Amino acid sequence: MQKKKKLRAHDSTALSSELIIRPIKKKVWLFLIPTFLCFVIGFVWPFISGIYLSFCEFRLIREALYIPLDKIKDVFVGFSNYVRAFEDESFRKAFTYTASYAVVSVLIINVFSFFLAYLLTQKIKGSNLFRAVFFMPNLIGGIVLSYIWQLIFNGILIKYNTYLTANQTFGFWGLVILMSWQQIGYMMIIYIAGFQSVSEDILEAARIDGANKMQSLFKVIVPNMMSTITVCMFLTLTNSFKLYDQNLALTGGAPVMTTASGTQIKMTEMLALNISSSFGKINTWAKGTAQAKAVIFFIMVAAISLIQLKATKSKEVQQ
Amino acid sequence: MKNDAKREKTIAWIITIILTATSLAWVLPIVIVLINSFKDKGSIALETFKLPNADTFVGFLNYTNGVNMGNYSFWTCVYYSIVITVLSVGLILVCTSMSAWYISRVNSRFAKIVYALCTFSMIVPFQMVQFTLSSTASMLHLNTPYTIPVVYLGFGAGMAIFMFTGFVKQIPLEIEEAAVMDGCSPVQTFFKVVLPMLSPSLISVGILEAMWVWNDYLLPYLVLDITKYRTIPIHIQYLRGSYGQVDMGASMALIILALLPVVLVYIFCQKYIIKGVAAGAVKG
Repeated sequence: MQKKKKLRAHDSTALSSELIIRPIKKKVWLFLIPTFLCFVIGFVWPFISGIYLSFCEFRLIREALYIPLDKIKDVFVGFSNYVRAFEDESFRKAFTYTASYAVVSVLIINVFSFFLAYLLTQKIKGSNLFRAVFFMPNLIGGIVLSYIWQLIFNGILIKYNTYLTANQTFGFWGLVILMSWQQIGYMMIIYIAGFQSVSEDILEAARIDGANKMQSLFKVIVPNMMSTITVCMFLTLTNSFKLYDQNLALTGGAPVMTTASGTQIKMTEMLALNISSSFGKINTWAKGTAQAKAVIFFIMVAAISLIQLKATKSKEVQQ
Repeated sequence: MKNDAKREKTIAWIITIILTATSLAWVLPIVIVLINSFKDKGSIALETFKLPNADTFVGFLNYTNGVNMGNYSFWTCVYYSIVITVLSVGLILVCTSMSAWYISRVNSRFAKIVYALCTFSMIVPFQMVQFTLSSTASMLHLNTPYTIPVVYLGFGAGMAIFMFTGFVKQIPLEIEEAAVMDGCSPVQTFFKVVLPMLSPSLISVGILEAMWVWNDYLLPYLVLDITKYRTIPIHIQYLRGSYGQVDMGASMALIILALLPVVLVYIFCQKYIIKGVAAGAVKG
């Protein structure tokens, strides 16, 4: 009986929704095609031609940095751009630098934002004001942010007769402080939403069972917030891999070191900056190699995202 | 029982003190820049943390110098930044909400492919397309502040469509059925029935996109002709990143001027912005 009812209800929606859908479908040129065309211009075509160009060499050198594609003669050269990308010492250095920055910043940002969110969800006065203050740096763009902190760092370091770009360590921790200052507020907002989603009933039950605040935080709240924690961890991880503006404006990759083989390596250059600046070099294979680096970079970022997708899905099943 | 209440109160006080101290660290950097923007340019690098005195105080000189620094008016940058942000966000909101509605109502193969491509585009870093996108844009003459919204719509459509389809799916179909029964065409149904119901998510998506476009540096730097058109981030990076002596005083003043519109907007829309980010994060 019940099954029949359900079936009938389903049928009627299917019928009437068909009535709605057909006229909408006819208006595809209005609803979907304009966006799709822009999407092709802004993403699909650049992506496909980007992959193609990573296998090419540009045999025509022009003075202008970004010339229309049809004026460049590109010759298919197979995987040699990828070989060059992997052989590039500055690219490998940028990778290790980015990876170590990512590990440090993911840990610091998540620990601090988690506890800030915890404090802010306690019953205290003015928590909205605090929230607003901590979030504020996210509205300031990376370029402006970096120059604010550059002033502070150099102002402190000048007392010790040195400056921010004097060595790699200053640049590294400078970037970590700057990015923590910016991202803690953002992650805090997500963690607050996570704290609020933990149901009062479970907390009440824990309290009745005699759990103190610390116990209910680590044994009840944290396990129930695993999906939020994974989201924030991966968000900070991808953000650190994609970091560009702050890296460019804070140190710009300085200081530069010359290796034994004579290549110049920027000590605080991250992957995104390394790739972007190699597009600017002018020789026959520079752009192809830069594009090959970009493809490698894309695969890394995509792999992180896929792992995230898997991790969040398995967490959902657990709950 | 009484003891417990007292203890809770002390804990609340301790938390408030910790939070106040931390939030000072959040405000202080900006205050230091503000103080320095009134100091003589020579004293900024040497005595960054000192208040201006009779010798080093220069009033608004840094501001008047800063506005025309690099032979390019700062107000022109503000104008272009506003034009690009308003046009891009407007275009993104209208176009992607329409597409998201189409995608979630029509189950055609084309709609499915577009949706899959959109989700895919969200994981592609900008460096992957930076060279080919900028050459495509200049080939199609999209390199002015009035045409760059097309590029922003193209590259930013993924996230917006992804978020909007999530929101549209929560709208019950019955309401649209009623509209159709009453004789609404699809265009009318969308603009008079669906769009008003989407308004909370329009605000969320609009805020996320506006934060992105306003602060974006690399995309407009590569697409626009920067001898003619500069946004605020491009201008500041151009002045600071160029070789040679930088007028520290003027650049401090420029940073404060660049912060001003952001702070004003934030004071008035703080609640929406934080809500929008929380909603976006839950969806993403």
